[in-house]
Amino acid sequence: MSYAHIPIACLDGAVKRYGGLAALDGADLQLHRGELLALLGPNGAGKTTAISLLLGLVRADAGSVQLFGQDPQRIEARRRIGVMLQNAELPPTLRVGELLRLTASYYPSPRTVRESADLAGVADLLRRPYAKLSGGQQRRVQFALALCGRPELLFLDEPTVGMDIEARQKLWAAIRQLLAEGCSVLLTTHYLEEAEALADRVCVMSRGRMIHEGTVEELRARVALKRVRCLSSLPIDTVYGWPEVSEARREDGRLHIGTAAAEAVVRRLLDADPQLRELEVQRAGLAEAFTELTRDADQAAAANQREAA
Amino acid sequence: METVTSVTPSVSAIDMPRSRVLGAYLEEARSECLRYMRAPGFMLPIMLFPAMFYLLFGVLMAKSNGADAARYLLASYGVFGVMSPGLFGFGVSLALERDGGLLTFKRALPMPPGAYLLGKMLMAMAAAGVVILLLLAMALSLGHVTLNPFQAGALLLTGMLGVLPFCALGMFVGTLIKGQGAPGMLQLIYLPMSFMSGLWFPLPMLPKFLQQIAPVWPSYHLDMLALASVGMNKGSLLGHVLVLVGFASVFLLMAARRLRRHG
Repeated sequence: MSYAHIPIACLDGAVKRYGGLAALDGADLQLHRGELLALLGPNGAGKTTAISLLLGLVRADAGSVQLFGQDPQRIEARRRIGVMLQNAELPPTLRVGELLRLTASYYPSPRTVRESADLAGVADLLRRPYAKLSGGQQRRVQFALALCGRPELLFLDEPTVGMDIEARQKLWAAIRQLLAEGCSVLLTTHYLEEAEALADRVCVMSRGRMIHEGTVEELRARVALKRVRCLSSLPIDTVYGWPEVSEARREDGRLHIGTAAAEAVVRRLLDADPQLRELEVQRAGLAEAFTELTRDADQAAAANQREAA
Repeated sequence: METVTSVTPSVSAIDMPRSRVLGAYLEEARSECLRYMRAPGFMLPIMLFPAMFYLLFGVLMAKSNGADAARYLLASYGVFGVMSPGLFGFGVSLALERDGGLLTFKRALPMPPGAYLLGKMLMAMAAAGVVILLLLAMALSLGHVTLNPFQAGALLLTGMLGVLPFCALGMFVGTLIKGQGAPGMLQLIYLPMSFMSGLWFPLPMLPKFLQQIAPVWPSYHLDMLALASVGMNKGSLLGHVLVLVGFASVFLLMAARRLRRHG
């Protein structure tokens, strides 16, 4: 445990450009032994690129990328990882057992086919051709392939997309079991509850950079925002002047208000405009929280530029 | 390496015993064969297309030209036939698997480098063997070609090994083009190259210019070897073999480099 502070995977100022577009623009990431780090962010934030760099699928234009202290394109480093990617079309005619046997053959000391299948809950599917499985079953098989090599570090890219609630819970349980055995996990997900259920640390990405890193509680505190919408003739400036309102705009004749104290705002709204209709209150989704975080980051960047000028 | 191991101590062995690495190669080849045998729709047209071509132009149209012409056509259509599994079996499947994300997944896994390609290579060699056997069967039964067993064996061997330079070429094209664009591009290479190497009509019947540049094409050199195996080319073969080996190595290296670095 004395080595716990040394990262087993890290990005250090990693830059990756596709054409003129910087998918990663100086990204820093450290993953420590035994922890589960959730990588969150809107589409196009650079999550997949970050993972691709750590898996050695693409090379960084600048900065350093290390996996177990080595270049990820070295097979010795990758023998210690398991991988579940977002979209991999596996050979449709191969049976699940054959896929497991093939993937396990790449590793020095893999689990048995039976053990991997039990862990991922696919023991009843071993004789079935991959193409005949449902989407959720295919995801479970991919999870089995990820863990079959007894990895020290597991990369899970959106693992529960397409799964029903029960399958999701089972997968979470399996991930917890692997964590208990000392395996580390790097997880990307769109579901905040998934990060909440599993993650030790959360890292939010936007525009190729890490804009927030901390525990799940710290992230939740930033997502406490709620959305209030209604049809009202109240002027925006009035609404924006209320102390509880952090954001207000009009779209298609509808008022959109962001606030941490929805109850107080609704009370004021109803008092101020008796004609108010179609009132809705929603907890901000994770995507909105990202937008919020991203906007903060953008404003900070703009302010910096202004100062520099 | 020493500094690395001291930074990240690990209980698991990072070194993989040679027997397990070999096992990975075998598993990969086995899976590759299994998946295509269960889905014959992909390989079957690739093997039957040149066989049909030979039946039409090499057997039915060429009946009156005598035994030597029939043997000549067997060799050149044999070369035409083995180019197909090399270029298409290899190039198209690679292009499709790059598109579908399978190759990305395999590159992220610690699959031994080359295992994936070796599996496909064995498949292409097997398919090339089937093509030659099909052509031999038609030539001997319908085309009135006379070959001794040694010549037939030599042609089969030439075909099965001769597919490899075209695997390398197909693979390189497969690394350049993703998905559905690959078959069209490969046709653009396959058909003109076959024609210009004298596989459809003997070279002396082609324009002078095409005769002069024919040695540029790998299929020309393979044709020389195939003709020799049926006893119709008494010249030196070493040069042709070397050209084919060189051609295969250059394209293999370029393609492997592209695959390893960019996928």
